[in-house]
Amino acid sequence: MFVPLFVLRNAFRHKLRTTLTMVGIIVAIVAFGLLRTIVDAWYAGAEATSSARLVTRNAISLVFSLPLNYAQKIRQVEGVAGVSWANWFGGVYITESNFFPQFAVDAATYLDMYPEYVFKPEEKKAFLVDRQGVVVGRKLADLYKWKIGDQIPLRGTIYPGTWTFTLRAIYDGADAKVDESQFLFHWNYLNDTVKARFPRRGDFAGVYIVEIRDPAQAAEISARIDATFKNSLAETLTETEKAFQLGFVAMTEAILVAIQAVSFVVIIIIMAVMANTMAMTARERYSEYATMKALGFGGGFVAMLIIAESLSIALGGGLIAVLLTLPVAEIFGNAMGTLFPVFFVSHETMLMQVGAALVVGLVASAVPAWRAGRVRIVDGLRSVG
Amino acid sequence: MIGIPISYIARNLMARRLTTLLTAGGMALVVYVFATVLMLAAGLRETLVGTGQPDNVIVIRKGSQSEVQSGVDRRSAGIVETLPFIATGEDGTRLVSKEPVVLINLPKRDSGKASNVVIRGVTDHGLTLRPQVKIVEGRMFRPGTSEIIAGSSVATGFRGAAIGETLRFAQRDWTVVGVFDAGRTGFNSEIWGDAEQLMQAFRRQAYSAVIFRLVDADRFDDLKRAVEGDQRLQLDVKRESQFYADQSEQLAKFISYLGTTISIIFSIGAIIGAMITMYASVASRTGEIGTLRALGFSRTAILVAFLGEALLLGLVGGVVGLIGASFMQAVPISTTNFQTFAEIAFHFTLTPQIIAISLAFSLVMGFVGGFLPAARASRMKIVDALRAA
Repeated sequence: MFVPLFVLRNAFRHKLRTTLTMVGIIVAIVAFGLLRTIVDAWYAGAEATSSARLVTRNAISLVFSLPLNYAQKIRQVEGVAGVSWANWFGGVYITESNFFPQFAVDAATYLDMYPEYVFKPEEKKAFLVDRQGVVVGRKLADLYKWKIGDQIPLRGTIYPGTWTFTLRAIYDGADAKVDESQFLFHWNYLNDTVKARFPRRGDFAGVYIVEIRDPAQAAEISARIDATFKNSLAETLTETEKAFQLGFVAMTEAILVAIQAVSFVVIIIIMAVMANTMAMTARERYSEYATMKALGFGGGFVAMLIIAESLSIALGGGLIAVLLTLPVAEIFGNAMGTLFPVFFVSHETMLMQVGAALVVGLVASAVPAWRAGRVRIVDGLRSVG
Repeated sequence: MIGIPISYIARNLMARRLTTLLTAGGMALVVYVFATVLMLAAGLRETLVGTGQPDNVIVIRKGSQSEVQSGVDRRSAGIVETLPFIATGEDGTRLVSKEPVVLINLPKRDSGKASNVVIRGVTDHGLTLRPQVKIVEGRMFRPGTSEIIAGSSVATGFRGAAIGETLRFAQRDWTVVGVFDAGRTGFNSEIWGDAEQLMQAFRRQAYSAVIFRLVDADRFDDLKRAVEGDQRLQLDVKRESQFYADQSEQLAKFISYLGTTISIIFSIGAIIGAMITMYASVASRTGEIGTLRALGFSRTAILVAFLGEALLLGLVGGVVGLIGASFMQAVPISTTNFQTFAEIAFHFTLTPQIIAISLAFSLVMGFVGGFLPAARASRMKIVDALRAA
């Protein structure tokens, strides 16, 4: 009982210094956790995918669409259970800064394929029967304070003109991983309007979503679909929904790597601060350590005291930081709005935070502990803090 | 009032090297992150601003934000071609380039991960309109063939895009016969081919953009009025320089906002480090402070001396951090610009403004960290201070 108490008393001997160090650690570990969570949010789209869904797109790039009659041909491919399609709309709501994803989808088949979007049955029905209807995620509806029945105008960038939709349903995610910032409306509405104005641009699907019977067969079914359209005017590239989403992540990998690197920099910064604190603390106490040695305590024991003191400060700060990260992430996620539709602190992040605090405590105390363990009694007693 | 000499302040930092090193090191890292992020945003802006020529004009479909989203049918393009104020070249033809622009998905050379690359169809005047574009390897593509030339960043960054290699898309094999360098501009991240050939291959009926040079850059407003007044045209007119500058805005803003927020949070850690150091410095020199006061140095002089020490600490951190950041200029970076959905290669760019802001940032860190300890030092009573020693 004596040793822990001794360590703790020592740790709080310089109240101001210890408090400042702890605040520093808390700030650093919260920042570390937040940055890891931002990286996680980047991958959220890929995490929320289903292994039973494939995405078929034009092999050249997503800018090119696919003829509508591909739906029928894909449906006939062995192993395929269902087909739906979606077009990226890319409209602007009032100003460019209000970004959220909008898709024109083949409503009935699409919603069936995404059971993770949870609807009130009557709202879903109202959406399905209204050609100009739209469904949005809860987060998006809350952000712009939309209510059922509201008229929502979008200015088209790919499809010219102003498009007005009526909000018919709001979905909730089945779990925290589901993106609640989508804006889905009827593909037929888009297609009919486009066809009337630009006959050549009608009857095209941006991507096909393919539901398969056996997820283990994903690779074979993908190959079969692509083989069907080999050497046609629009060759296809089919991949799992996860690979499709990871493709987007890979495009901005440079930014992601930078954020990851920076999240470690903050740990190094706080390591320097903490190492400084421990070095100063140990230097001031050389005569005490010499006294303890004179009383018969070994060098290892003295070193252990310093390590334990450093660890208790670091872990104390680290634990407070983990608890603080949750509300901070909540506020940050809300402030970011639809930029990070899915934003929550994972268990791995929390473990990494505690691990980082542990490493900071250990590294910071290494040199002072080693020095204090080796200090000669005569030199130590002679030294002045 | 007589101040305490600067050399005295500086020697105090030297006296406790380890502590100085750790504290300044923490600050240096914060400044490094801060400067690097600003350099990233500046590099992106510089690249895209440098892409456009001030006397070039780009015409895209109304409401579209990038060339890829746009579509200008042949009829509208023909009307644009006959607009007044368009410059003529040496051969007497108008300097107009009607260009299809699409994205193709290519695997990166090192990771194999796919990204979108801009492929632009250009006509004779495409090169005349962009004097910054120079063929550095091989030759220009021959019109009417499936030959293409690649920007230097694409040639090194993507598989199949180096000279002599072939790319397969739109049911054809395209041979890379040349590599061009366009300085630090967005064109380095593009592939160019013959406009008509690409339109046939991609089965496009419409161009994406019409680009032309003005007789006189000042006539832009007249031209804009002419296009907007023409009932047949549903087109947006922009100066090319403005058009590309706009495309850098969202990503550059995202990078600088995120980076500044991170730096400010990080700086709290470094400020606390400075505070701990300065408090310790004050505490261990209580006797010395008493002596200085007894010698006749005023409270203000003591305050200034300790603040000076903290500022110097910050400055050392700032300079070291900036030196570290300046090495980043050698690192090329390539990412997808979410505004255009296309890959863009650029460099970290250190500007005088960034140097000034970073140094100011480091001094602020030193000041905030040193103020309270310095105030404590200056408030000490001579008798108490001397007795404490």
